[in-house]
Amino acid sequence: MSWVVAAATVMTLAGAAGVLRARIPVHAVLALVLNLVGLAALFIALDAEFMGLIQVIVYAGAVMVLFLFVISLLSARNTPLERRPSLLAGQEPLGVAVGALLVAALAGAIFGQPLPEPASIYPGFGTVKAFGAALFYEHVFVLQLAALLLFLAAVGVVVLLGRRGPGR
Amino acid sequence: MDTVGLILIRGAIVIVVLLTAFAMMTVIERKMLGYFQLRLGPNRTGPWGLLQAVADGVKFIVKEDIIPRDADRLVFRLAPIISVFTALAAWSVIPVGPPIEVGGRPVPLSIADPPGGVLVVLAFGALSVYGVSLAGWASQSKYALLGSLRASAQLISYELSMGLSLLGVIMLAGSLRLGDIVAAQDRLPFLFLQPLGFIIFFISAVAEASRIPFDLPEAETELVAGYHTEYSGMRYAMFAMAEYIHMITVSSMVTLLYLGGWNGPAFLPPVAWFGLKVALLLFVFIWMRASLPRFRYDRLMDFGWKVMLPLAIVNLLVTAVAAALWA
Repeated sequence: MSWVVAAATVMTLAGAAGVLRARIPVHAVLALVLNLVGLAALFIALDAEFMGLIQVIVYAGAVMVLFLFVISLLSARNTPLERRPSLLAGQEPLGVAVGALLVAALAGAIFGQPLPEPASIYPGFGTVKAFGAALFYEHVFVLQLAALLLFLAAVGVVVLLGRRGPGR
Repeated sequence: MDTVGLILIRGAIVIVVLLTAFAMMTVIERKMLGYFQLRLGPNRTGPWGLLQAVADGVKFIVKEDIIPRDADRLVFRLAPIISVFTALAAWSVIPVGPPIEVGGRPVPLSIADPPGGVLVVLAFGALSVYGVSLAGWASQSKYALLGSLRASAQLISYELSMGLSLLGVIMLAGSLRLGDIVAAQDRLPFLFLQPLGFIIFFISAVAEASRIPFDLPEAETELVAGYHTEYSGMRYAMFAMAEYIHMITVSSMVTLLYLGGWNGPAFLPPVAWFGLKVALLLFVFIWMRASLPRFRYDRLMDFGWKVMLPLAIVNLLVTAVAAALWA
């Protein structure tokens, strides 16, 4: 299984780097899709099959298509319209310093204690049944709250669009 | 346990069968359309025009491969590859029959049969949008861009009702594994328990495959050829390949989910039953192309969101209540 993890890790990291490096917005979207698919492969390699597939269907398949929908209205010129973003003075060294601090903190947390043995997973872990049981038995209140939030967002969109009046 | 070699062999067989089926479909579709329109259809190459597919293949390979000057070359080349890959990859989980015995060992008739098989097919279906929308964007042509924007909006809209109607079947079968879903239909195909779900799923499947009456992304009277206007030669053929394989995929999904898969009277082997049902559905696809006019775009979106989606939700609720009371 480990070569799957290795390939998925390379894919995820390459996608993440691509999002940052791409000058053309559509290329950045593509890199993010690569990243999300790699992430899904990692989930599946960790036995979280349902999570991985939902990751592809919802994020790579629906959310990123909406991104692409908006961005593809921009031109596909090889020279992007925006100029190189202007850098704030002293931003780069500061960024490097903060990044190094973060890595040091994470490394300290990881290596400061002996690594635990991988926990054994119960049969059926990561399947739709286990996922649904966790959602609808243990976290049902939070689930309802999230549903309410999404519902409010949908109502909000309708209200915002409705303000334009009849006939737009 | 499957070895990597066995999986590769099954994968190669699936690809060869699908590409052959694609080639035959293009000829048979043209013959059928010819008969529907009181013409003969292609009849000059080989017996009954059957070698037309070979002639077309040779033509596509030797044609000039044109890339527009302003196109984004990387994405322009990538788009047909994504299309064909996602179309073929969905077949990694579609079983065509029960496991058979070869040399005393059981061999499953699918490349893999993971517990979440239905979701895998849906995931690759969702990813197939990228081939179409990237092709339209990378071409830098108004017609292609309009076609690809239509395609992404249409596919997202109909994916919703497709997924919701599918949930009815999943609740009745109690499993996402395609093999289990077929096994749950050995008495009665889900067509009879889920008639509304079947209709919604089939209509959404036609929309997903962008076939008439839902072929707005490539409506030739308005958009020349839609998202693949700027493509020529083999790259164009790859889009055609993806479209036909997609059609075979959704026909297989309808067969597995609603028509009882490979179940049938014993005088034919299970794989033959599966093939017959898929062939019947493919004929319905051609039949619709010969008889139905194209939707208007706003009506297509209205139909998806205001008719199909509410019906799919009603179907889901009724099925959930019935399943809860019955169980």
